[in-house]
Amino acid sequence: MATVSMTVNGKEVSADVEDRTLLVHYLRENLHLTGTHVGCDTSQCGACVVHVDGKAVKSCTMLAAQAAGSDVTTIEGLANGGDLHPVQAAFKENHGLQCGFCTPGMIMTAVDMINRHGGKNLDEATIRAELEGNLCRCTGYHNIVRSIEAAAKAMG
Amino acid sequence: MGVEGIGARVTRKEDQRFITGKGRYTDDFSVTGMHHAVFVRSPHAHAAIKGIDKSKAEKMPGVVAVLDGQQLTGDGIGNLICGWMIHSKDGSPMNMGAWSALATEKVRYVGDAAAVVIAETPAQAKAAAEAVKVDYGELPAVSDASKALESSAPQLHDNAAGNLIYDWEIGEADEVDKAIAGAAHVTEMEITNNRLVPNAMEPRAALAQYDTAEDHFTLHTTSQNPHVARLVLSAFYQVAPEHKLRVIAPDVGGGFGSKIYIYPEEIVCLWAAKRTGVPVKWTADRMESFLTDAHGRDHVSTAKMAFDKDNRIVGFKVDTIANLGAYMSLFSSCVPTYLYATLLSGQYAIPAIHANVRAVYTNTAPVDAYRGAGRPEACFLIERVMETAARELGVDPAELRRTNFIGEFPHQTPVIMAYDAGDFGATLDAALEAADYAGFAKRKAEAEGRGRKRGIGLSCYIEACGIAPSAAVGSLGAGVGLWESAEVRVNPVGTVEILTGSHSHGQGHETTFAQLVNDRFGLPTDNVQVVHGDTDKVQFGMGTYGSRSGAVGMSAIVKALDKVEAKAKTIAAHLLEADAGDIVIEDGEVKVAGTDKKLGWHEVCLAAYTGHNLPEGMEPGLKEGAFYDPANFTFPAGAYICEVEVDPATGQTEVVQFVAADDFGRIINPMIVEGQVHGGVAQGLGQALMENAVYDDAGQLLSASMMDYTLPRADDLPSFKVSTHETICPNNPLGMKGCGEAGAIGSPPALINAITDAIGNNDLAMPATASRVWAAMNS
Repeated sequence: MATVSMTVNGKEVSADVEDRTLLVHYLRENLHLTGTHVGCDTSQCGACVVHVDGKAVKSCTMLAAQAAGSDVTTIEGLANGGDLHPVQAAFKENHGLQCGFCTPGMIMTAVDMINRHGGKNLDEATIRAELEGNLCRCTGYHNIVRSIEAAAKAMG
Repeated sequence: MGVEGIGARVTRKEDQRFITGKGRYTDDFSVTGMHHAVFVRSPHAHAAIKGIDKSKAEKMPGVVAVLDGQQLTGDGIGNLICGWMIHSKDGSPMNMGAWSALATEKVRYVGDAAAVVIAETPAQAKAAAEAVKVDYGELPAVSDASKALESSAPQLHDNAAGNLIYDWEIGEADEVDKAIAGAAHVTEMEITNNRLVPNAMEPRAALAQYDTAEDHFTLHTTSQNPHVARLVLSAFYQVAPEHKLRVIAPDVGGGFGSKIYIYPEEIVCLWAAKRTGVPVKWTADRMESFLTDAHGRDHVSTAKMAFDKDNRIVGFKVDTIANLGAYMSLFSSCVPTYLYATLLSGQYAIPAIHANVRAVYTNTAPVDAYRGAGRPEACFLIERVMETAARELGVDPAELRRTNFIGEFPHQTPVIMAYDAGDFGATLDAALEAADYAGFAKRKAEAEGRGRKRGIGLSCYIEACGIAPSAAVGSLGAGVGLWESAEVRVNPVGTVEILTGSHSHGQGHETTFAQLVNDRFGLPTDNVQVVHGDTDKVQFGMGTYGSRSGAVGMSAIVKALDKVEAKAKTIAAHLLEADAGDIVIEDGEVKVAGTDKKLGWHEVCLAAYTGHNLPEGMEPGLKEGAFYDPANFTFPAGAYICEVEVDPATGQTEVVQFVAADDFGRIINPMIVEGQVHGGVAQGLGQALMENAVYDDAGQLLSASMMDYTLPRADDLPSFKVSTHETICPNNPLGMKGCGEAGAIGSPPALINAITDAIGNNDLAMPATASRVWAAMNS
């Protein structure tokens, strides 16, 4: 067991966890932040994507201990109070989600994607290539792409 | 059409919680004292259980119990059942083998559970499960359905000689044989429909609680139909009587059929919760999902289609072997029969059809309905054969289809179905135009200049939805009625709650169902709450599958709204001293037509609840329920056109254009309908291009992870061009047909037709992987 401390969604948190605890389980089970999902066991689906120090990370591929001292943002921490993040708003506006299970990971990936490329430089082919690590079984990706295009435009 | 009424593109009410991480899926629930279940699963496809040594596992940290099948059956828990009786053509009933939720004497597929460990943490349960020593006596296994029928094949169930579950037929064999004998042309094909793993993104999960004081169970589960789950858990598995069992299906992360069925894990968790005295949660890991979620498809067929000299179809003969896996899942028997062979007429006037279907046990995961369920298999046969026939006959594939389209409705096919409405020419025309079919030759030449082989393929599908008229399906063997129920509760302040037996796991019911209230009374959809997925709140329902929530579920809501409207008008007429026939409700107001007399909707609602001034003899309150039993199936139909480019060096296929023109009847929310088509097409293209559940001869699933089973990713697919063209369904009050499965039904043949067109070789099986395409190109 080890005490692992980090900042999650702007709050200092700390928990005693087994050394082998993955970041996703730390978030879900210790902090009860269940918006981050587990969809597979091989780091293929991307439902668990969060931001660690500003970068999109599959939280199932990282030990909680590796994130010690980091600044972590989950889907629960993305909106600014009652104001949705532009990517969240775009997913709603463009029907970029159906069952909602992959959605937190998709949104966190999309935010990182737009931050890295800049809103003006994201074309459809780039968006599709960048979504390589996120699976969705409902939307056929069509409206996820539309959502990210719209968000990129809004974020300029 | 109002801003939020029928036909409006209303953004979804449910999205707020999903985009902010506030969705509540089964695995998100935790309760005090909760323990975790991990199953001990067979690594062998077929083996006798000679003994189970639990001694080491039982002593491990956190373990409260290690339970096996003998204890389960000893406590009176019943076997899993298939709820649809199919009779073979000799009149004998299907051969349903015993399926215990924990295996007792034999395991019959890799993943079959032999025991379960209940421990304080998932890690402890997992470690202990690995310490349970099951003494397996390995037996020969068979995974291929055709081989399972051979006399030398290992036998799975004592009561199914030759592994044959049933040998069933539909249609008139003599007439078809006669038509084939006298035909000007016969197209004959052998066609495999590959086995698929549904892969809803949320793995299955269950949380079972037992209240000793009340002798009452609560089950949170990933279900598309919680009421059917409760019924079956009570009536057949004897877990608990219905009034002592609450089943909650909260937010569910996709289903596609795989969450219709009641699986062993729910049964075991409920039983274990009572037996151990602790709440028990189980969440599948993805490999368990691959091994144990009901798979889809897996047909091998031969098809003969006969044409006269004018290229009109005169007969269609089909012989199919359907692999149902190791046990008969809940609805497995109806998929390769009444959901398949009854659709073999496609969009075409075919005077004679005959199909023979043999369903077979193999040492593989149970197979049941997966998005489309039988109808994709039928569509793939018909549309591959039509395209092939066009090539053989030297006619345009679009024109061959047009020549044979059914043009008048109602149309009785030779295989039970009576199509009620449609305009197949209209959807084909729309698709041809959207795809610029006329310009294809130019695009092909241009691609050739770039060293790429370009091909185009068509598919004109029809399916049967609106499942289903209860009396009709009862006569065909269904163990349940397939109506739907709804209750509309109007609160004293005028807000509305819709309680529905339909279940939303991505379909957006909370929005579309609220649109019905807006359309009827002019109330904002924000004033409407849709309640579903809880047997304590909703009295009964048959759930969501077979694209039934619109045509059946919403029809029940319409019936209940009719009653609410009638009562509200009677109250308003009394208060306004007018005739109820003169009352109109619109924009949230209740008015006397042609006058300025009116009340606010909320005033009428409040009057219903105060009861101070109601018509003589009227009961207070404003709450009505309805059951809707459909008069007929509905028949969504459409035309899909796929265009591909193949890299001749590698065989890699790129889908460069996909056009869908669908007729779903009346549409409530076009945004949601388009989303359903996108998702369905993606799954269909996934089947045709890359997805394949592969068992080796020993019954090991070789594609048991997302690293081995290729799900379509964003860069595998194009954006889709979709459009809809309504003919109104005459058999339900909204005129709806259903849209959930069409994409998965219509798209696979369009893609394979396109690739085979591109490479000039028609011999290509799904999935059309690069290696298969390259081999076909170079054979």
